[in-house]
Amino acid sequence: MGVATSAQPGIEDLEAMWRIRAFEEKASELFARGQISGLLHLAIGQEATAVGVCGALKPSDKVFSGHRPHAHAIAKGAEIGRLFAELAGRRTGYCGGKGGSMHLAAPEVGFVTATGVVAGNLPLALGAALSSKRRGGSDASVAFFGDGAAQTGLFHECLNLASLWQLPVILVCENNGFAEFSPLSAHTVVKRLADHADTYGIPTETIDGNDLSMVRPAVVTALDRARNGGGPSFLECLTHRLRGHYEGDPTLKRGAASRDHEKDPIQRFTQLLRDTSQGVELEAIETRIRAEIEKAAGDALTAPWPDRDDLVTNVVTQP
Amino acid sequence: MTETVRYIDAISSVLRQEMERDDDVFILGEDVSYGGPFGATAGLSKSFGPTRVIDTPISEGAVMGLAVGAALSGCRPVVEVMFADFVTLAMDQLVNHAAKLRYMTDGQLSVPMTIRVQGGVGGGYGAQHSQSLESWFLHVPGLKVVAPSSVLDAAGLLVAAIRDDDPVIYLEHRGLYWNRGPVALNGSVTPIGSASVVRPGSDVTVVAASRMVQIALSASEKLAAEGIDIELIDLRSVAPIDWETIEKSVRQTQHLVVVHEAVVTGGLGAELVAGISTRAFDVLTSPAVRVGAPSTPVPASPVLEQHYLPTVDDVMAAVLETLHDRQGRSTDAS
Repeated sequence: MGVATSAQPGIEDLEAMWRIRAFEEKASELFARGQISGLLHLAIGQEATAVGVCGALKPSDKVFSGHRPHAHAIAKGAEIGRLFAELAGRRTGYCGGKGGSMHLAAPEVGFVTATGVVAGNLPLALGAALSSKRRGGSDASVAFFGDGAAQTGLFHECLNLASLWQLPVILVCENNGFAEFSPLSAHTVVKRLADHADTYGIPTETIDGNDLSMVRPAVVTALDRARNGGGPSFLECLTHRLRGHYEGDPTLKRGAASRDHEKDPIQRFTQLLRDTSQGVELEAIETRIRAEIEKAAGDALTAPWPDRDDLVTNVVTQP
Repeated sequence: MTETVRYIDAISSVLRQEMERDDDVFILGEDVSYGGPFGATAGLSKSFGPTRVIDTPISEGAVMGLAVGAALSGCRPVVEVMFADFVTLAMDQLVNHAAKLRYMTDGQLSVPMTIRVQGGVGGGYGAQHSQSLESWFLHVPGLKVVAPSSVLDAAGLLVAAIRDDDPVIYLEHRGLYWNRGPVALNGSVTPIGSASVVRPGSDVTVVAASRMVQIALSASEKLAAEGIDIELIDLRSVAPIDWETIEKSVRQTQHLVVVHEAVVTGGLGAELVAGISTRAFDVLTSPAVRVGAPSTPVPASPVLEQHYLPTVDDVMAAVLETLHDRQGRSTDAS
């Protein structure tokens, strides 16, 4: 998981998508039962962008996510158990319970951090890219953000800087058509968000982000550009969130309508594999992964809570 | 070897030395390759080239965030903010990211960056190019804040800031840039979190910050002629505050006056007075007094600017008030 370099996705990518789906469905269930708290933004329905992008990266490539980060962390190789523990506020979580859902960090696998401020992660990714470039390395960095970020000033400052300094960064816009509760059309008259990047001279591609077999090759092309001094790329992945903005979202009750089912990236990729692979038991994957997720969630909920003393550690460097 | 140089040259020399010492140190800011508006980075571009003295577009938010991202990746960026007022454009990256990433990730990440901020009143620059915003930063856990007043500490605190593993805001007052003073430019460190007793005395403790240290020193000298012996403390570090040094002094003098250039309301002085009230209420024999700017934006007219700034007379009046008023009346000299 997480280190495929082929332009063609395979069974391990289907596994990764199921791992994300099962993790988030379990998280949703635990949230509904009051066993985890916080603001939980799920990416159910958007798994193909996370897996399509992160599956092409090296462990040393750096990912910076936003407020909807579970999928990106899992796809980059973060441990499920420590992610659940973080959502559950336990000491064994990646951030000792101090970060929570929106501030996951697993830098050891290149998932540097996530931020709850829309577009706040873009300059961080640029900084990591500048660092890589200064050291003469080939590592790329990736920022994931939604269509809502494109209306911030920081987004435009960052597109300009990435282009001006030819930074090895891939800007991945997961355009699910909704900024928080509102449709994109209520926030901008710009129809194609990739046009913004085009203005700044950044190579762009707009793709069906729910089709893993389209996401992966687009990322491989962008990575090739980043690793060989070709500067930034902008990928606009058109996708479809199957849940509300966050768990408990009062405005959206999007059920599994038939058109949703057609857009489900897992169903689509499963069908593709069925058509092309012989003798592989695809259904067994889901069953196996759901069992893995059940166990990890159960372990997290019995893990120790942080102590009162933990409240004040790591504010600044410990003397 | 000790030499006498200008405050701004001490900054420039330390930047050069730290860049020579550590390849991971680099400078980012508007017009830094030209030396910036006051010359703090003059000559560095010629020595280190455009990959280490990096001119940026006027994009304060993105530049601050980019420096945070580079710091997360092992670099030690030094960001220059041309005027303190423009930090407002980068507050999200400073407050929500630089200050919090260590805590939010429980120590998995650190942000070793220095933010050089030029500010203060002088020259008629007006409301958007003259502010002192240190109390904003003091309020945010995770940020360290220093404000050198002497040439010695301008050098020592900048060395400390660049080598620190946390984000450090280094506040430069442009009214100090051309002051001369002795300094040994040999990498000596002024520790962050330590105040210094500039003038020992026994009657009233005066704590001053940045350029107000010299105003308070003048007031101390005038008061000495009247037989009043001031102990003057240069705060140096706004966050963390060196409570030990201040408390020790107040326990001896039993009176406290705080002087800063920023607006009094909600300011650094409020924190200092509250902190000492908690720690040493038993020894205070009169209410502590704050001296600072009134609650107005900074005016542009040179006449109004002088009315705005705390003066030697204001500090003297505050000292006399704290010595003579033992009735518990509010005596804030704002």
